[in-house]
Amino acid sequence: MTAGDEDRLVVDGLDVRVGPVGLLHDVGFRLRAGERVGLIGESGSGKSLTALAIMGLLPEGLAASGHVGLAGTDGNLLAAGDARMADLRGRRVSMVFQEPMTALNPLMKAGDQVAEVLAIHARRGGSGGSGRDRDRRALDLLDAVRMHEPDLVRRRYPHQLSGGQRQRVMLAMALANEPDVLICDEPTTALDVTVQAQMLDLIVEGARERDASLLFITHDLAVVATVCDRVLVMYGGRIVEAGPVQQLFTAPRHPYTRGLVASSDLDAVDAAGRLPTIPGVVPAAGTFPSGCVFRTRCERATDACAEPPPWTGQPDDGHACIHPYDDAPATP
Amino acid sequence: MTDPTPHPTSSERPAPGFRGDAHTRRGGGGGDGPRDDGPGGGGPGGGGPILEVVDLVRSFRRPRTSLFRSPGAVEALRGVSLEVRAGQRFGIVGESGSGKSTLLRLMAALDQPTSGTVSFRGRTVSGVPERRLGFLRDDLQVVFQDPMGSLDPRMRVADIITEPLVAQGHGDRDARLAELLDAVGLPDGAGRRWPHQFSGGQRQRIAIARALSTRPRVLLADEPVSALDVSVRAQILNLLADLVDAYDLTLVFVSHDLTVVRHLCDTIAVMRAGEVVETGPTAAVADDPQHPYTRQLLGAVPTLQGALAGRDAATLARRARADDPEEPS
Repeated sequence: MTAGDEDRLVVDGLDVRVGPVGLLHDVGFRLRAGERVGLIGESGSGKSLTALAIMGLLPEGLAASGHVGLAGTDGNLLAAGDARMADLRGRRVSMVFQEPMTALNPLMKAGDQVAEVLAIHARRGGSGGSGRDRDRRALDLLDAVRMHEPDLVRRRYPHQLSGGQRQRVMLAMALANEPDVLICDEPTTALDVTVQAQMLDLIVEGARERDASLLFITHDLAVVATVCDRVLVMYGGRIVEAGPVQQLFTAPRHPYTRGLVASSDLDAVDAAGRLPTIPGVVPAAGTFPSGCVFRTRCERATDACAEPPPWTGQPDDGHACIHPYDDAPATP
Repeated sequence: MTDPTPHPTSSERPAPGFRGDAHTRRGGGGGDGPRDDGPGGGGPGGGGPILEVVDLVRSFRRPRTSLFRSPGAVEALRGVSLEVRAGQRFGIVGESGSGKSTLLRLMAALDQPTSGTVSFRGRTVSGVPERRLGFLRDDLQVVFQDPMGSLDPRMRVADIITEPLVAQGHGDRDARLAELLDAVGLPDGAGRRWPHQFSGGQRQRIAIARALSTRPRVLLADEPVSALDVSVRAQILNLLADLVDAYDLTLVFVSHDLTVVRHLCDTIAVMRAGEVVETGPTAAVADDPQHPYTRQLLGAVPTLQGALAGRDAATLARRARADDPEEPS
């Protein structure tokens, strides 16, 4: 893939391996300016790994190959050194993690942590005002994420904050330097529903105001449908289907997507009141079958699925299945 | 499963008479004296409450922050009363800090109330010393949210599942183990393995098998599907529904997710800040909520259908904000 004018982030042929075991295979997608794209799949499908590979934050021992390109910067981010990635992270690409308690520094006050993000990149860029300016800006940012009593919150340590407040601090930090790309990895999974609703609104607003592209990782289909324009479905370290939200959730073509959609609808029950499920469990990393990764759990699988299925359709709207569904699922 | 005993390790579902049989078998043991079959005895259809909570208050003292002032107290429960009838699937919904888990711990006599009473089949369990709670431990079991935290990582699955039987002196644990593994849909060989070798959904199956080992009448479940993926969540919800039907269980299901409770339960109690704000049959509470907080909770839940019909994040937030203590409008 080559980067078009509108492309903010282009991922192409991304592979991640640990020793001989492949964890991600040929992952490719692009984020356009202002676009909100969801990445869904079950635990162990490779969603978080994709985000970490883009951010250059893969754990020790994991090797990434392929291409990750960011608009306005030359070359491959995967080949960029630590210093260069440190400059880009938090400034051009930033991330909100699922566990704010582990992502925030427990020994620093919330306001100082937001100001630090500003200070680090001000130093590198040589611009930015005094410490007092940054403190004021940090307060503005906390206010912008609709923190109640921001002046009080900025003087508190993470353990003194509620889950929702911590996640707001994380978002304020991620948005501090007006990034082009915002990656959110299950940012609301640990939150109460009413707090989640506020947080989703803030993320969408925060990205929209900055015209930032959003990559939103979650296992909750309803959240993705609420937040995103486009969806990528991952299974077994591969993207198995991609498409616009409306189409992908109303007429999923890949059997895995169809299974996910069916099992997430708690109103769709059979005569005995039971929910549709995907048979079996997600295999452990490195034990996915050859060929189509889903074929061991797929009711449509045939011998032909032992060969890797080619991608059918457009990069942004297609699937990797040789027995796709071509209709909308029957409404129960 | 290698089962040296000649007993049939039946995979069949227990017959309807199962409950009574198991019950009589246990009747003589225990040293608790005769089983109290007072009000609310019987199985489903028995009428009276199997689990009754009256004016329950539980306050926790805050940690001391000043030398001179006494620390304040947090009222986790402020006068909760409710009745769970035999055979009901009773859902308790609330957000963090609503007191739902505290209530569940008190129901299971894992904690003592500041005031008020909890009674199980007419017998008071609050304030009763552990050694006299044998009747409760047999008949009421709990499944917790985090299946990694609630399973001992250094015990094999077989020992985890049958440990409650050891404590109560039940014999023939191998046969019971095989039966339980089958009931929760785990492979025969699972007993020889360790908890870390299982996925989150499978670990929750192990926790459920352990809870069922004593053939309880009541199963308390504290957010058992919150940590699971959607497809696994559907499997576990189906399993719970199957088990409740097969074993005539009374289910008390605590969750922050009103949609999950609506799916599984026939009765709902909505909790907020230590109080029950609304209770009633699922259809009434979920489809025609009377209390503003219930409406707020329902409004804040993202749904696939809602989102596809154009309900965006801003709409959800507006519906959730109506009366949020963290977010004054």
